[in-house]
Amino acid sequence: MVKKSMSKMWVAMIAGIFMVLTMAGAGFGAEPVVLGVAGAHSGDLASYGIPSIKAAELVLKKINARGGILGEQVKMTTEDDVCKPEVATNTATKLASEGVKIVLGHICSGATKAALGIYNASNVVVLSPSATNPDLTQSGDYPNFFRTIASDDAQARLEVDFAIDKLGLSKLAVIHDKGDYGKGLAEFAKQFIEDSDEAEVVLYEGVTPGAVDYSAIVQKIKRSDADGVIFGGYHPEASKIVMGMRKKKMGTVFISDDGVKDDTFIKVAKEYAEGVYATGPRDTSKNPLHIAAEKEHQEAFGADPGAFFYNAYAGVQALLNAIEKAGSTDHEAVTKALRSEWVETPIGKISFDEKGDAIGVGFSMYQVRNGAYIEVK
Amino acid sequence: MEYFIELFLGGLTRGSIYALIALGYTMVYGIIELINFAHGEIYMIGAFTALIVASVLTLLGFNELSILVIASLCAVIWAASYGFTIEKLAYKPLRKAPRLSALISAIGMSIFLQNYVLLAQTSDFLPFPALMPEFGFLEPYAHIMSSAEVIIVLTTALVMAALTFLIKFTRLGKAMRATAQDRDMALLSGVNVNRVISFTFIIGSATAAVGGVLIASHIGMINFYIGFIAGIKAFTAAVLGGIGSVPGAVLGGMVLGWTESFATGYVSSDYEDVFAFTLLVLILIFRPEGILGRSTTQKV
Repeated sequence: MVKKSMSKMWVAMIAGIFMVLTMAGAGFGAEPVVLGVAGAHSGDLASYGIPSIKAAELVLKKINARGGILGEQVKMTTEDDVCKPEVATNTATKLASEGVKIVLGHICSGATKAALGIYNASNVVVLSPSATNPDLTQSGDYPNFFRTIASDDAQARLEVDFAIDKLGLSKLAVIHDKGDYGKGLAEFAKQFIEDSDEAEVVLYEGVTPGAVDYSAIVQKIKRSDADGVIFGGYHPEASKIVMGMRKKKMGTVFISDDGVKDDTFIKVAKEYAEGVYATGPRDTSKNPLHIAAEKEHQEAFGADPGAFFYNAYAGVQALLNAIEKAGSTDHEAVTKALRSEWVETPIGKISFDEKGDAIGVGFSMYQVRNGAYIEVK
Repeated sequence: MEYFIELFLGGLTRGSIYALIALGYTMVYGIIELINFAHGEIYMIGAFTALIVASVLTLLGFNELSILVIASLCAVIWAASYGFTIEKLAYKPLRKAPRLSALISAIGMSIFLQNYVLLAQTSDFLPFPALMPEFGFLEPYAHIMSSAEVIIVLTTALVMAALTFLIKFTRLGKAMRATAQDRDMALLSGVNVNRVISFTFIIGSATAAVGGVLIASHIGMINFYIGFIAGIKAFTAAVLGGIGSVPGAVLGGMVLGWTESFATGYVSSDYEDVFAFTLLVLILIFRPEGILGRSTTQKV
């Protein structure tokens, strides 16, 4: 009896050693690089997420045409989170369990925050083209997170400075949509206004997204006698509030964020959109790489690129470049390369700081003039 | 005082919007005791139909009034046919099943229709043309109440009056009331119950489509998801006013609209929904059948 169980143990040990060896072998060999693309690919905010898929497709096509990364073709897999945190955790779990080591995404800040814990635990390197919540990088909780867009406090800073210094406004109403993104931005704006001694916050409130109309809050803005509104949120609510104000004959200045700097806003609010200010990524349209990327998009899809396309394009370039420089998809080597290497991208020459924010990326102020956003110099 | 009036009128418009949708909920519930969750989607489909028809007619160069009339008619007919079909497909086969089955079927239908429009149309917000005429004589008061808002309030009153008349004074209305009271007995007395139920769905869906056209035109934008939130609020209004009662749906809509408007105006819009639903809970504690609802013994 004893002998028999001993021999069984030998078999088990040999099998065990064999398994360990083959696994290690898989680790040393060149495994194909798979880029996960996660974000809002359907639903209300799909127009923010789909351009990232297109950007990833275009960059991969180019890289694969010249031989791929580390001698392997780069593959891509997309997962939809419909911009919802509770879906994003599933999305992240799925990507991580499929062995994806680098992810472009997510699109919305709330969804990104929810997904990051899972990516962190699985050592996945994540790069968002659009999630602007400051905590994502500034908290230091997510060392594997990077982004090719400036954070919200940068936008709030610009909005407040613009309102006070350029427009000379002194009574500001700060409105938000109660979401992670909008409220975060509004809180920064409120704080910056209170810190400056030249203006005051006359109204600070959140509205319920998707409500049938906002006439009550519009009346309240009117009563508060504000000469400017700073709105943190997305374009569906912004266009309802702006249309409500203009229909009630209010000329109050409306300043918002890159959630509103979307052509859908102008398309929906039409003539009422005229004069609205919104911050958005700095205009890099003169950059030759930007022009080239735009042309690629035109040729491949027959249309102009959508929101965050260039940030996503730059993000994929930075990720793949880091893997190439690191020589593997090991997260420590890749994050180190992201922090040390500079990449020429459509949004300029970029690298990343210790926290994960892109160096060389920023915001400009835009205004709707004759049905298009024009950069205000 | 002017601020109070502005909030009052804003709440009145919002309440009318809820009421216009709530009327369909309450009618269907009154007849077959089914909460038709797909009603909000009918409202959305009505608005989409009007948008498509209006866009085509604008291209063809029709004048504004004829666009409004033709687009609304198409929306009403299209939505009514959806209401008719949904009842035949999703609810009629379940009429003998436990009530929960039909409820689940209604929720499924709602999700199906939302996704159908999402796939067949777009996920983007679309601009909706201002179909309603601007009255010149209201122009000086536009900062308080616009023409569109006046039209919405008047239409709600008109639809409520028409439905009340239909139910109280016509043969069809009598058949509806009989069906509501006791379906088997109505059948034995020669009422064509299937037809009465079909008519109820057609009329309910038609009112939703009218609401869809007016509200989308007032707000100026639509997407596939507008029916969901409007539907939930309208359903709340119907329950508040007493589900099954036509004037109750309108009163419930108004109470909800005013609560939200005043809560936003005098307290904070952060707590708009908190106030609205606290009121709902309070009213249901003291009057479980709703403000105008009649307490009836539950049918077995």
